[in-house]
Amino acid sequence: MAYDKFTVLKSTAVPMPIENVDTDQIIPARFLKATERKGFGDNLFRDWRYENDGTPKKDFVLNNPIYTGKILVGGKNFGSGSSREHAAWAIYDYGFRCVVSSFFADIFKNNSLNIGILPVQVSEAFLDKIFKAIEANPKTELEVNLPEQKITIVGDGASESFEINGYKKHNMTNGYDDIDYLQSLSSDIKTHAEKSIY
Amino acid sequence: MSKTPAALFDKVWDSHVVRHIEDGPDVLFIDRHFIHEVTSPVAFLGLESRGLKVMFPEKTFATADHNTPTINQHLPVQDPLSANQLKALESNSAKYGISHWGLGNPKNGIVHVVGPENGITLPGMTIVCGDSHTSTHGAFGAIAFGIGTSEVEMVLSSQCIMQPRPKKMRIKVNGKLGKGIVPKDVVLYIISKLTAAGATGYFVEFAGDVFENMTMEGRMTVCNMSIEMGARGGMIAPDETTFNYIKGREKAPKGEAWDKALAYWKTLKTEEGAFFDKEYEFSAADIEPMITYGTNPGMGIGITQHIPSAKQIGSSKASFDKSLAYMDFHEDDNMIGKKIDYVFIGSCTNGRIEDFRAFASVIKGRKKADHVTAWIVPGSHIVEQQIKDEGILDILLAAGFQLRQPGCSACLAMNDDKIPAGKYAVSTSNRNFEGRQGPGARTLLASPLVAAAAAVTGFVTDPRELI
Ligand code: SF4
Repeated sequence: MAYDKFTVLKSTAVPMPIENVDTDQIIPARFLKATERKGFGDNLFRDWRYENDGTPKKDFVLNNPIYTGKILVGGKNFGSGSSREHAAWAIYDYGFRCVVSSFFADIFKNNSLNIGILPVQVSEAFLDKIFKAIEANPKTELEVNLPEQKITIVGDGASESFEINGYKKHNMTNGYDDIDYLQSLSSDIKTHAEKSIY
Repeated sequence: MSKTPAALFDKVWDSHVVRHIEDGPDVLFIDRHFIHEVTSPVAFLGLESRGLKVMFPEKTFATADHNTPTINQHLPVQDPLSANQLKALESNSAKYGISHWGLGNPKNGIVHVVGPENGITLPGMTIVCGDSHTSTHGAFGAIAFGIGTSEVEMVLSSQCIMQPRPKKMRIKVNGKLGKGIVPKDVVLYIISKLTAAGATGYFVEFAGDVFENMTMEGRMTVCNMSIEMGARGGMIAPDETTFNYIKGREKAPKGEAWDKALAYWKTLKTEEGAFFDKEYEFSAADIEPMITYGTNPGMGIGITQHIPSAKQIGSSKASFDKSLAYMDFHEDDNMIGKKIDYVFIGSCTNGRIEDFRAFASVIKGRKKADHVTAWIVPGSHIVEQQIKDEGILDILLAAGFQLRQPGCSACLAMNDDKIPAGKYAVSTSNRNFEGRQGPGARTLLASPLVAAAAAVTGFVTDPRELI
C-alpha cells in the first residue's frame, strides 16, 4: 500500500519512558482478528489504556490530554516480540507518524518503514533529554527532518542526526513502497528461480 | 590468494541475493513461504487492489493455527471474527492455487511444527512467514525469519523481500548437560545472559557440542527462541541428525534429487576462521533447569535461584519494578514453592513429540495436582497421533490429564484458551509478556520437565527431584 510522503514533521510528542515495549502491549492478540486494515488505533495499547470494563486508566499517558502529537517517544528496545504488522498499523491509525527510541526491534523497524512510520533511533543521552524536555514542558515540539536525517528539540535547539539507508529514505520521502520496485525485477527473479534446487 | 572463509549464514544468504542495492537492502529470493490466517488476509487484499498475481504459488504453504479452537474442532468455529479469518485463508489459498491445510485437515497444525515434519523445511533454504517464530526452521541450517504483512505481500507477488544484511553472531555452548536439563533450559539460559535485546540486528549461529548432540526437536526449540533475544533468526549447521530427520518425509526430495541435495547440504558449514561480529561462549555445566520470573523472556533464572534486583541484571528500575508488580513477585523471592494455577505444554517451542515424552516421563505414576488446570496441546495432528501411538495418552489419562487438539492454544490468547487475570501459568511457550496468555495472566516460561513437575505438585518444583 502506498503511503503519504514523509519529509519534515514538526509536532508535540507523547512520552512513554518504558523499556522493552513489546508488540503484544501495542496491540494484544485478541484484536488481530480483522481481515482488513482498519480501526486498529482504537485498541492501541489496549490493556495499558483501558480497564477490563473499558473505562480509561487515568494514569496512562494516552489518556492524559496534556500529551498530544504525531510523535511517540518510547524507551529502549521498542517493538520487540511478535512480528505483527498490526502493531505498526495501530500506531499509524492512532495518528502517529514517527516513533523515537534509543533502540528498536528489527521486525518492528522494518514494518514501520514499510507502512510510512519513521523510526528514529537516537542515543540514550538524547532520548533522556527529550523525556526531560517534555516533562518540563508538555508542549515541547520535536522536529524530525528526514532529508537532513536530523531530529531537533525545538526551543531548546538540541539536535542529533539519525541513520536510515538511502533506499528507504528515497522511498519514504516519495511515498513509494517496495512492491513497485520488486515488480520491476521480475525477469531477474525468474532467472534466479530457474537455477534454484528447491 | 585464498578465499575469505565463509560462515554458514553467508553461504545461504549470498546464494539468494537477486540484487544488491547500494546503500540499501538486498533483494532476497525466498524458497519457502508459510502463511496463516492472522497475518495474510490484508496481504491478499493488497495484491487484489494492485491487480497482482501470486508469482510462485507452489512455494507458499498455508495452515490455520493461531485462531483455531483446541476442542471440538469438528464443530463450526464459534467466534465469527475467527471463523472469518479462517475462511479468508481458505478462499485466498483456493483462488491463488496455494496448498492449504485448514482446520480438520490431517496435516493441520502449528505452522512451525508442520513445515519440518512434512519435509517442506530443508537445509540451505530461505524461509519466511508472517510470524516471528519462523526462526524455528533455522534448526535445519536454513535462513528463516518472521516478516510483516507488507512483506507477505511482497513474497506473494515477487517471491522476494528486501532485507538489510544482518550482522553475524555465534553462540557456542560446549560440555555436557546435567540430568533434567533440556534444550528449552539451554535457550532460556542464553537469553537470560544476553537479555531480550542482546542479539538485535544479528543473525545467530548456534555451535558447539551441546547443539551437535541435540535432536532436531531440541534444535528447533533453541532456534525458535532466538527471536526472544532480539535476533533476526538463529541457525544450526545441518549434519547427519538433520539428514536422517528429513529423509523419507512427504515433501523431501527423493531419489536422484535427494542425492544432489544431500551433496549440497554437506557443504553448508561455517569454515574455520570465518568472521563473526560478535561471539559468546557458555559452558553446559553452568545450566540449571530455568524459569522466568518477569515479563520478558530475558528475565529468567535457574530454578534454585532467587529473583535478582534491577541492578544485577542491568535493567532500569522503573521497568523492572513494573514487571515484578505485574507478576506480584519481589526481589530476592525464591521461585521454588510458588503456587501455580495453570500448566500449558504445547506451542511451536515445545509442542513436538519429544516434549510430550519428557512431560510423560515425569508424570508417569503420579497424579495431577487438584488445584492445577492443565492444557496439553500437541503442535500438530501428526504429533497427536504419535502421542496416542506411543502410549503417552494412556499415561496422561491415568494421571488425570486430558489431551486437547492441535493449535497455538494458550501461547497467545487469541483463541479461546486464555489464562484468567491474576493466575499463574507455567508455560512451555516462548513469551511471558504482560497479557500474552490472557489479560492480566502471569506466565512463567519453562521446559516441559518443569511444567510437568508443577502440574503434579501444584508449585514451582525442581524437576530433578522427580526424575
Ligand atoms: S505457537 Fe505461539 S509463538 Fe508459535 S506460531 Fe503459534 S502463537 Fe506464534
